[in-house]
Amino acid sequence: MDSAVAHAHPHSHSEAGHAAHAEGGFWSKYIFSTDHKIIGIQYGITALFFLLFGFCLMILMRWQIAHPGQPVPVIGSLLHAVLGDTAPKGTIPPDLYNSFGAMHGTIMVFLAIVPLAFAAFGNYLVPLQIGAPDMAFPRVNMASYQFYFIGGIIMLVSFIIPNGAAQAGWTSYPPLALVIQTDGQTFWLIGMVCLITSSLLGAVNFIATVIQLRAPGMTWMRLPFFVWAQFVTAFLLLLAFPPLEAAGVLQLMDKVAGTSFFLPTGLSASGFHAVSGGGSPLLWQHLFWFLAHPEVYVLILPAMGIVAEIIANNTRKPIWGYKSLVYAVLSIGFLSFIVWAHHMYLTGMGTYISSFFQITTMIISIPSVIVLTCLFISLWGGAIRFNTPMLFVMAFLPMFGIGGLTGLPLGLAEADLHLHDTYYVIAHFHYIVAPGTIFAIFAGLYYWYPKITGRMMNEFWGKVHFWTSLIFMNLIFQPMFAQGMAGMLRRMADGGANYSAANVKNAIGGLPDKIMGMHRYILMSAVCLGLAQIPFIINFFWSISHGKKVTSDNPWDATTLEWQTPTPPPHGNFAVAPHVYRGPYEYSVPGHTTDFTPQNEPDEVPSRQPAHPDFGPAGSTPAVQPT
Amino acid sequence: MGKLFNDILGLPAVASEHAQEVDNLIIYLHILMIVLFVGWMAYFAYVLFRFHRSRNPKADYVGVKNHASSYIEGAVAVIEGVLLFGLAIPFWYKASDKFPPKDQSTQVQVVAQQFNWNFRYPGKDGKFGDQDMRFVSSTNTFGIDPNDPKGKDDIELQNLLHVPLVKNPDGQFRPVILYISSKDVVHSFKIIALRMTQDAIPGMRIPIWFRPTEKGRYQINCAQLCGNGHSSMSNGFLIVESQEDYDKWLASKASAASQGSLE
Repeated sequence: MDSAVAHAHPHSHSEAGHAAHAEGGFWSKYIFSTDHKIIGIQYGITALFFLLFGFCLMILMRWQIAHPGQPVPVIGSLLHAVLGDTAPKGTIPPDLYNSFGAMHGTIMVFLAIVPLAFAAFGNYLVPLQIGAPDMAFPRVNMASYQFYFIGGIIMLVSFIIPNGAAQAGWTSYPPLALVIQTDGQTFWLIGMVCLITSSLLGAVNFIATVIQLRAPGMTWMRLPFFVWAQFVTAFLLLLAFPPLEAAGVLQLMDKVAGTSFFLPTGLSASGFHAVSGGGSPLLWQHLFWFLAHPEVYVLILPAMGIVAEIIANNTRKPIWGYKSLVYAVLSIGFLSFIVWAHHMYLTGMGTYISSFFQITTMIISIPSVIVLTCLFISLWGGAIRFNTPMLFVMAFLPMFGIGGLTGLPLGLAEADLHLHDTYYVIAHFHYIVAPGTIFAIFAGLYYWYPKITGRMMNEFWGKVHFWTSLIFMNLIFQPMFAQGMAGMLRRMADGGANYSAANVKNAIGGLPDKIMGMHRYILMSAVCLGLAQIPFIINFFWSISHGKKVTSDNPWDATTLEWQTPTPPPHGNFAVAPHVYRGPYEYSVPGHTTDFTPQNEPDEVPSRQPAHPDFGPAGSTPAVQPT
Repeated sequence: MGKLFNDILGLPAVASEHAQEVDNLIIYLHILMIVLFVGWMAYFAYVLFRFHRSRNPKADYVGVKNHASSYIEGAVAVIEGVLLFGLAIPFWYKASDKFPPKDQSTQVQVVAQQFNWNFRYPGKDGKFGDQDMRFVSSTNTFGIDPNDPKGKDDIELQNLLHVPLVKNPDGQFRPVILYISSKDVVHSFKIIALRMTQDAIPGMRIPIWFRPTEKGRYQINCAQLCGNGHSSMSNGFLIVESQEDYDKWLASKASAASQGSLE
C-alpha cells in the first residue's frame, strides 16, 4: 500500500519537487489536473451549470403545461433561433416537449445531481476526511471527469441536431425510443455510455481510496458518516451501472445496426416491421431499473452524508446512533439491488414476483426510517447553531420525510393501480431529490465553501436564498400530490388538457378545473424559485474574491480531518501527515476545554475521558507515534 | 367513513367492485403517513425551540438515552407488514391469478396503437379467431389467422369499448376480461374510475379483469409515454350500459362487420 501511495503521489518527494508540481501551468493545474480537489471543483462547476440548464428546461415545460401551444414569452424567439423548426415561432410542440422532458430527467440525474453529490463533494472531501494525500488513482480520476464532460457535450449537442434530442423519457423505453425519427436517441445512448464509463472510473477510485488510503488510526468505525455514504454509493455505481451500459450498447445496436434485442415479433411500427422479431421490450425495462433504482440511492446517500456532518457540527454533539447509521446505509445499499421491479408492477406481474418486490420495498423503508430517525434524535440535547448550512439541513429532514413517506403507496402494487405514472409520482421523487438532495447540496456548498476558497459566503443572502427556496419548492410540488390523486398523468405535452373535464364532455374521469388550474400557480412558483437562485449565484461568485476572509483553518470549529488542513488545502493536502485518535464527532466531550476535539488531536491526558458508546475508549492510540 | 376520506384525499369517483379496496389501502397508508409526519414535526418543532443555542448553550455529549425510537420503528414495520400481507398481496392474488370463468364474462381484446385503442369482440360464436404475432400488419392489427373460421364473425372497433352492466346467475355483476396488447410501442390502459391500469406491451397479451358497478361513459387514459400524440390519445371511451342497449349496439356492429365495413 505504502509503495503504491508513494508512486502515485509526488507529495512525499522533496519540498521543491512538491512545489514545482503544484505550480504547473494553467492547463496542467486547472484543466488536466490530477489533484482530487481541482477535479472536485471541475465536477462541481460543470454540474452546477447542468443543474441550472436542467432547471431552465423545466421552466419551459411548465410554461407549455400551463399555456399549451402558446409561444414562450421573452425567450421564445431565442428558442426558435437556437432550435430552428423544432420550436416554430417560439412554441413548444409535443416533440420538443418530449425532448425537454427526457433531457430534463437525464441531465438532472446523470449530469447534475450525481456529479454534484457524489463526484464533486466526494472527490473534494473523501481524501481529506480520511487523511489521504489524494485519490488512489489520480489519472483515473482525471479520466473520469473527462468522460463526464464529453458525455455532457454529446447530450447538449443533441439539442441542435435535426429533429432534436431524445424524446422517449429518461427511461428510454423501447420500442418508442427506437421508432422516433430522430438521431437524438443515438446521441443519448452514446452520451450515456460516456457518463456510465465516467461513473465506473470514479467508483473504483473511491472504493480503492477508502480501503487503502485511510490515515493511521482511521478505523472503519471512525470514518465520518459522509465517507461511509460515499463508499456505499461507489459500490452501487460499480455494480448497478454495468448492466445499463450493456443495455445501452444493445439499444444502440437496435437503433443503428438493425438488431432486434428489444423489438418483439409482429411489431407494426414504421421502418421496423421487417427487422423486429424475438426481442423483448420488458428486458430493457428490467436492465434499466436494475440500475435506476440503486441510482435513486446514489442520489440520496451522499446527501445524507452531508446532512450528518452538518448536524453534528451545528448541534455541537455527536451524531446519535452512528453505528445504526452505518448499518442502515449498508442495508440500504444491499437492498437497493432487489427492489427495482417495483417500477414495473403494472407490466403484467403475477402474484409471486410482485409479492417479492413489495416485500423488499417495504423492508428497505425500515433502514431509511432509521437514518431519518437517527438524524432527528441527534438534535436532542444539542446547542443548535442556525447558520445557512444548518437551515438547509433542517429543511432537508422534513422534506426528505415527505418524499420517503409518499413512497409507501407507490411501493404497493395495489395502490400503484391508481397512482402509477401520475403527478403523485412526480411530487414524490422530486421531494426526495429537489428539496431533499439539492438542499443538502446547497448546505454542503455553504458549509465547505470557506475551506475551498478561504472566504465565507454571505450569511444574510444565504438565508434569503434558503427561505425563498423552501417556500417555492413546496408551492411547486405540494399541489402535484393533489393532481396525482385526481388522476392527472405525467408526461402530457398539454398538461392533461385533452383529459380535462373542460374538454371531454359527457364522460367520467375528466380532470376538474380546480386541478387543471393548479398548473398556473405551479408555473409562477417555478419562476419564483428561479429568481430565488439569483442571490445564491451572485453570492457564490462574489464571495470568491469579496467574501469575509476566514480567520482560521477551521471556521466552524469542526472535528473532522478536512478542517485540519491549510486553507485552501495545497496539493498533497496535509502539512503534517495526520494520525487519528478518535471518532469523527467528538463534540462537547465532558471535561474538555473546547466543545470540539478534532480527530487528529493527541490526547492531553490519555484514558481520562469517558468512552463514547459508539467509538470505544477515546484516545486509543494508533501503533504509530504521532509526529 | 370511506367516502369521507376519499373526499379529503381528493380521490375521484369509483365504478368497479375493487376500486374502493384500492382507495382504502391508499387511505390507510395516508393515515399512517400523516400520523408519522405530524409526530416527527411536533418533536422537530419542540427540539428546534428547546435546543436553540440561546436556550441550551452547552450541548449534551450523550443525548437521548431511551429506545423509544426503536419501538416506533418496530410499530411502523408491523403496520407495513399488516397492510402488505393483509391487504396488498391478497388483493393482487385476486386481481392477477383468480380470473372469473370465461363463459360467464364479457371478453374483449384490446390492442393499443399510436394513438388509438382497438377493441375486438368474439362475435356470435363467443370465440376469438386464432391469432399469431406473425400475422400482425398495418391492416391486421390483431394478427388474426385469415384461415380460421372462428375469426370470421369477430367484431373490430376503434376507441369504443361497450360492456353490459348485468348480474350473473351468482348474483354478482358480470365481470369483464380484457386482453391488453399493443402493435407498436408501450402504452398503458387506464380508467381512473375503475382504479385499473395495465401497460400495453407489444409482443405480450396480458389479461386483466374487473366488475363494473355503475353505468356511465368513462374516459380511457394512456398512462405511458407513447410518442408525440401521447397527450391527445384521449379518444377512447368505456361505455357501461344495460344489457338491452349493449345487445342492440353489438348487433348493429355485427351486421356492419358482416357487410365488411369496419368502423
